[in-house]
Amino acid sequence: MSGTVVRKMRKAVGKGWPWFLFAMVVILWAYSLPHADFAFGKKAGENLASFLVEMASVLPPMFLLVGLFEVWVPGKVIERYAGLRSGMRAVPWMILLATLQAGPLYVAFPVAIGLWRKGCAPRNVFIYLGAFSAMKIPMLTFEVAFLGWRFSLARTLISIPVFIILAIMVERLLPADFRPPALEEPSDGADA
Amino acid sequence: MISLWIITAVALVVSLAADRRKTQAAVLKGLKMFVGVIPMLLGVLAAVSLVLAAVTPQMLERLLSGAGLFPFLSALGVGGIALIPGFIAYPLAALLRQNGASVPVLAAFITSLMMVGVLTLPLEARYFGWRAALLRNGLAFCGAVIVAVGMAWVLR
Repeated sequence: MSGTVVRKMRKAVGKGWPWFLFAMVVILWAYSLPHADFAFGKKAGENLASFLVEMASVLPPMFLLVGLFEVWVPGKVIERYAGLRSGMRAVPWMILLATLQAGPLYVAFPVAIGLWRKGCAPRNVFIYLGAFSAMKIPMLTFEVAFLGWRFSLARTLISIPVFIILAIMVERLLPADFRPPALEEPSDGADA
Repeated sequence: MISLWIITAVALVVSLAADRRKTQAAVLKGLKMFVGVIPMLLGVLAAVSLVLAAVTPQMLERLLSGAGLFPFLSALGVGGIALIPGFIAYPLAALLRQNGASVPVLAAFITSLMMVGVLTLPLEARYFGWRAALLRNGLAFCGAVIVAVGMAWVLR
């Protein structure tokens, strides 16, 4: 009996768990409205609000740019500068692309998939992700302001070889024919 | 943030001027991807909001200050789990330093915060698959250790 209950609950939560969590924060937040001292709900609600603002301010233009990128940039260009045979020449391009962006790491995932789809070598995709997480220029200005340029410079210079080596390791450790699931998703265009 | 919107707007106008149908296809693609990721993203952000609400700066201070291996390890752990935007993380790090957190601990915290995302793993796996997502995060965690040790050595 309890088995079916668990199964039913699991099914109900299933794919809906993101909405379930979202609703939970909203409920906690709403609960804190009449009870002014329910700090946890208030805090969670405030956090969620700030995350939503961040998401709304970065993601829509990012996705539009990814869409434009997929339509306009020929795969040949990416293949030449960041493809399987581009070698280390691709590194500065990946770093340049990443450092000019802002926002949390999840913003970089769709861009990374877009690069991959255009023929960017896996290692270069992961170099892009590494550079994105370690050395975005908008973040560096923050870091220098609060922790000093010595800290920032040392961290950046040490991070560069580390994330390059890690990216190569990720590529080596994945199977040679590995393709991310998102690659197969919106394949509505014959222009890829 | 504003520059991102301006660049996007300019790119859209240029694209529209060059080819209407291609632009339409691009916008549609972008929208599709955006809408597709929203449910999961909301869930992840909600989870992060709950976790962050439970963790106070005072708790972090207690965890990360002092000497020895423990603050270092908790910096790696907390940084890896949490998803703290930079404009909150850096002031927080400066505060932690004032209250006695050491440079390697701060480096471990900042690096694992930026490179490792345990809470965003479902989102990353949606794009790259669990295998690649776990691999990248696991290696990034090791990377955070290396960077922190390097920082300790350079900034003695």
